[in-house]
Order: sequence, then C-alpha cells, then structure tokens
Amino acid sequence: MDLLRNASDLTRHQLFWPLATLALLGVFNAFFSPGFLHLEIKSGHLYGSVVDIFNRAAPLMLIALGMTFVIATRGIDISVGAVVAIAGALAATMIGGTLVIKDGVPEYVTKVPIAVALVAALGVALLCGMWNGMLVARIGMQPIIATLILMVAGRGVAQLITNGQIITIYYQPYFFIGNGFLLGIPFSVYIVAAVLTALVLITRRTALGLFIEAVGINPTASRFSALSSRAIIFWVYAFCGLCAGVAGLIVSSNVKSADGNNAGLLLELDAILAVTLGGTSLAGGRFSIAGSMVGALIIQTLTYTIYSIGVPPEVNLVVKSIVVFLVMLLQSATFRRRVFRTSGMQESAE
Amino acid sequence: MNRFAINLNYIPLLVTISLFVLMFGLGSVFYQGFFSPQVFLNLFIDNAFLCIVATGMTFVIISGGIDLSVGSVVALTTMVSAALLETYHWNPFPVLVLVLAMGASLGCVMGCLIHFFKLQPFIVTLAGMFLARGLCYLVSIDSISISNPLYASISQYRLPLFGDSSISVGVVIALVVLTVAIFIAHFTKFGRTVYAIGGNEQSAVLMGLPVGRTKILIYTLSGFCSALAGVVFTFYMLSGYGLHATGMELDAIAAVVIGGTLLTGGVGYVVGTLFGVLILGVIQTLITFDGTLSSWWTKIVIGLLLFAFCLMQRAFESGTGKLKAGASAAVQRRQAQVRAMATKDVSAVT
Repeated sequence: MDLLRNASDLTRHQLFWPLATLALLGVFNAFFSPGFLHLEIKSGHLYGSVVDIFNRAAPLMLIALGMTFVIATRGIDISVGAVVAIAGALAATMIGGTLVIKDGVPEYVTKVPIAVALVAALGVALLCGMWNGMLVARIGMQPIIATLILMVAGRGVAQLITNGQIITIYYQPYFFIGNGFLLGIPFSVYIVAAVLTALVLITRRTALGLFIEAVGINPTASRFSALSSRAIIFWVYAFCGLCAGVAGLIVSSNVKSADGNNAGLLLELDAILAVTLGGTSLAGGRFSIAGSMVGALIIQTLTYTIYSIGVPPEVNLVVKSIVVFLVMLLQSATFRRRVFRTSGMQESAE
Repeated sequence: MNRFAINLNYIPLLVTISLFVLMFGLGSVFYQGFFSPQVFLNLFIDNAFLCIVATGMTFVIISGGIDLSVGSVVALTTMVSAALLETYHWNPFPVLVLVLAMGASLGCVMGCLIHFFKLQPFIVTLAGMFLARGLCYLVSIDSISISNPLYASISQYRLPLFGDSSISVGVVIALVVLTVAIFIAHFTKFGRTVYAIGGNEQSAVLMGLPVGRTKILIYTLSGFCSALAGVVFTFYMLSGYGLHATGMELDAIAAVVIGGTLLTGGVGYVVGTLFGVLILGVIQTLITFDGTLSSWWTKIVIGLLLFAFCLMQRAFESGTGKLKAGASAAVQRRQAQVRAMATKDVSAVT
C-alpha cells in the first residue's frame, strides 16, 4: 500500500512524465540504433550520439529557457525565430563574408573585432525583446499579436541586413561558439549550463521566481500586492529576446552562414513545444526550468531517433504533431478526469 | 449617444477602407499604368485563396480563438488533389469532394479537442499545422504538377468583365464565399452566437446559447475554408507541393487584424477582412511596380501596418471603455435625478 502511494506520488511529480518520455526514447535508441550510448574521445574531444544531441539542442534549450518565463507570465513569444535570424545576420554581416587567400593560405579576416560583432548582435536581440516587452507591458497588446508583429517584420529586417543573401562566414574564431570544444565538451553546452545555473539561482534563491509565477497566476492581484507586474513582464520578454540572440549566434556559427529567410524557422514552435512538454502550463503560473530543458532534449532526441532508425525525415513532423496531441491531452484536466473516472468505474465494477 | 456608439464601431473598418483607397490612389499617381481596372482585378486574382482563408479565420478570431493550421491545410489540399489526379488518375469531381471533406473534418477534430478537453486553440491548431504539413511530405517530398484537362482549363479560364479586363474562377469562388460569410455572420443564429462567444464565453453559456456546438462548427468552417482555398490555390498554381502556402496563416491573421477585427474577440466585420487582404495585395503590387525595392520590404511594411493597427485598436478599446464608463455615469446621474424627482412627487402627494 505504501509502495503504491509512493508510486502515485512519483507519477504526480512535475518532472515524472517528461523524464519518463526522455528515458523511453533513450531506451528505444539504445536498442534500435547501435552505438547510441557509445562515447569516445577522439583527439581530445568527446564524441558520441548523446554529446551530439546536447550540442544540437543547445539553441533550442536557450530559447526554451527564455520562453519558460514568458509563458509563466501567461504570455507567448512567437518572434524568437525571427530574432535568431536577425542576430545571426547581424553578426555575419559585421564579420563579413569574404574569403581572403594570401599565398594559397586562407586568412582569417573580420571587418570588426569579433567581440564588437557579438555584443552588437546580442544588443539588437535584447532590443527586439524589449520592443516586445514594451508592446505587451506598456501598451497592453495581446502577447501573441505583439510578437506576431516582430515575427513578420523581423524576417524582413534580417533579409535587409544580409541584403537578401546567404552570407557565408570564413572567420575561424567565430566557429568556436557553435562547433568548438572546451575541455573535450562542446562549447555551446557551457553556454547553456551557464545561463541555466544563473537562472536557477536567480529565480529559486531570490523571490523573483515567485513574483513571475504570481504575475502569471493573477496579474491584477499581484499588482495590488505591490508587485510591479509591468516591469516583470517587460524584462521577461527582453530576456527571451536575449536568449534568442545567443541561440542565433550558436546557429549561425554552427552552419557557418547566416540566412535571413530560413535561420531559426519554426524554432518558436519547437520552443513552445519544449516548454509545454516540460510541464509548464500555457495558462501561466507555475513553471519548471528543468522541465523545459528535458522538453528540449526530448524534441532533439526525437529528431535524432527518427533520423537514426532510417525513417524518412518527412515523418518527423507527423510524429511531432502526434506527440503534441498526446501531451496536451495528458495536460488537460478534463481529459484526465474523464480517463480517471472511467478507470475508477472499472475498479469499482471489479 | 446611441448613434455615436454605432459610428465608433465602424471606425476601424472606415480607416481600413480609406487606407486602401489612399494606397491605391498613391500608386496611381506615382506609377504609370497602375490605375487600370486589370491591376485592380489582379489584386483579387492573386489573393483569392488568401481571401477565402482569411474569411474563415475572421469567424475564428471573432469567437476569440485562433487557427494556425490554415496554411498547412491549404498545402495538404494541393498535395492530395495533385496526387489523386496525377498518380491515381481519379475523376476531378470526387477529388474535389474528398479534399473539401478532409479539410472540414480536420477542422472539426481540432474544434472537438478545443471544446471537449478545454484545450487552448493556439496549441491544438499548432499541432494540426505540424500534422497537415507532415502529411504533405508523406504524400510526396517533391512538387507534383497537374496536367488534368479540367483543372488546366479552369486554371486558364478568364471571365471577361467590362472592357478587356477579366477575373479568374478563383475570384468568383472567393466572392461567393465572402457573400455567404457576411450572410452567416450577420443574419443567422450561428453568426450571433459567434459574436456572443467572442464577447464573453461564460455569458454566452449562461444565456443558453449552444457554445460547444458553435465552437466546433467555427473550426470546421475554418477548415473547410482552408480546403476550398487550397482548391483555388491548386487552380492558381496547377501543382501540389508541401512547401506551398508557408506562412499563409500569418498573412491571414494580419489581414483579419488590418480589417478591423479585434483580437480579443467579439468585434469585427467580414467585409473588413476583404479590405485587409486587398491592402496586403496593394503593398505587394506597389513594391512590384516600384521595381527598386526588394521583396523583403513587403514583410517590413506588413509588420509596421500590423503595429499601427494594433495601436489603433488599443486606443479604440480604451476609448470605448471610457465611453462606456462615461455612459454608465450619465445613466446613473439620470437615474438619481429621476429618483429625486419621484421622491419630490411622493412628498408633494403626501
């Protein structure tokens, strides 16, 4: 009986279902794609499928982090894909897309120092986020519409920056962000870990996390209890923009080019999906940072699984949609009540 | 007072129509050959499918929901039509019936999920979007061109109007859809219920309106409109392709917002949506006529327009709020006067 109760406590934990899904995917991969769990050290770098999944999931994890707080305040940010494109385009344009070959050896040239390019790209991304925050918090637009404006216009701006072309980057040091290794582990993983640690400390060791949840549960009540909901909402969007900017740098560095039209396409939907998979409700309120991370990993592992077991990649979208349907049904209180009621009836009949 | 309130409701619509006239007028002044009946009719020919999709979307948005799946359903319709016609050599008529039924039932399923399990329209239609796009790629990854004689002749047929200008079959379908939609919105029980749900869903339930049935029907209608738009799109492009109509859901939402429909639901006109679509078309035509501007300016201008209209809507909302408050204060004063007079009368009698 105690065991049963413990088990039910376990399944009720916020992280149970996300982790179970991830574990299931892992077990599935371990059986069906040989070498999934295999790790090896080649020329001082750690290689293996799991490392690869972490590396590729890094942009999504970063955006999911920013999105978690936006969703916790009852908002949504669908402009992150466009901000990814803008940040990548700006960095690539400032570094410059020319290949200089001197004496048959390619030279690493950049128009401006790399630090300036990075700061500029992140600054613009932050500005994009602040723009969203202003529309939502000051003007009081619906989040989905406020961010829709930047989602539509942002792609245009990104193409304006790159002049409608795909800019290829030839500057070696820039590649380090998305492809580099530090102490054998991909550098992008460090970025995610740093942001994650900072966020967990800030939101769980100070009252900020509580404030964000309060704003999400009842903005009016939290304003009456002397919380500056407007400022919190504003900075939450600004931070989400910044996260998207960092993700944009990683993406453009990883593929060594910037494409205003296609960089970060549909990334906003993946990020929202990751947050929902992690158990944060779209209705605002309680959020789970760890859940969002697990959610992002689930999405990347799912993609990996689909590629590795030889299913045509076109099925990816269908599988993803089925997962979304299942998860949202599981999250729906009405659905759970119906299912539980029928199972309860069966028990009593027995 | 009452007359003034009615005028206020029409203001967004009037702004939209005058903006369209202004843009068309500016084009006529600045660009040679812009002011011709055929340029005007081309706006309809090139945007007939968008008009149909946006009409369905208008109902969804008036009811306070959103439908992100429309673009993918258009793509799926072109894909299934092309595959059935070319690969399986079906007769065109059963194909038409089948794809329309498919769109409507997809919408119906999403509506049921939204109603029965109290799920958010945003996430349900997002999953629907993934599913429909994924199904496209399951049919075929490549574009399938259509050589069916009936489709080809419908595609080339032009209905001559005054002078030597003409319109396509798609335009006729779009105008019929628009007329029917205006009738449904303003002269049927269903239409009134849609407005009531958008105004306040709980009140609508308490009034005994069939909220659940109407909600499911709204999404079914939107799905049907998307499928019909897909048929028109197939006539327009004469091919089926999984990448057709990417981002059309955003264009449709933009057209509805520019057309003066409030995103909070409850307020809006189907006619406004037509002008929203025409404004999007005029922007594109202006940029084509100019020749020096690049295509991405379209996106930036649409984004700016969206921003301007949302700002106007906010100003309008707070304006009506004040007006309502003012009106109720006036009513209270009047009531107080009446009461005072009544007590005087009573005291005079006694």
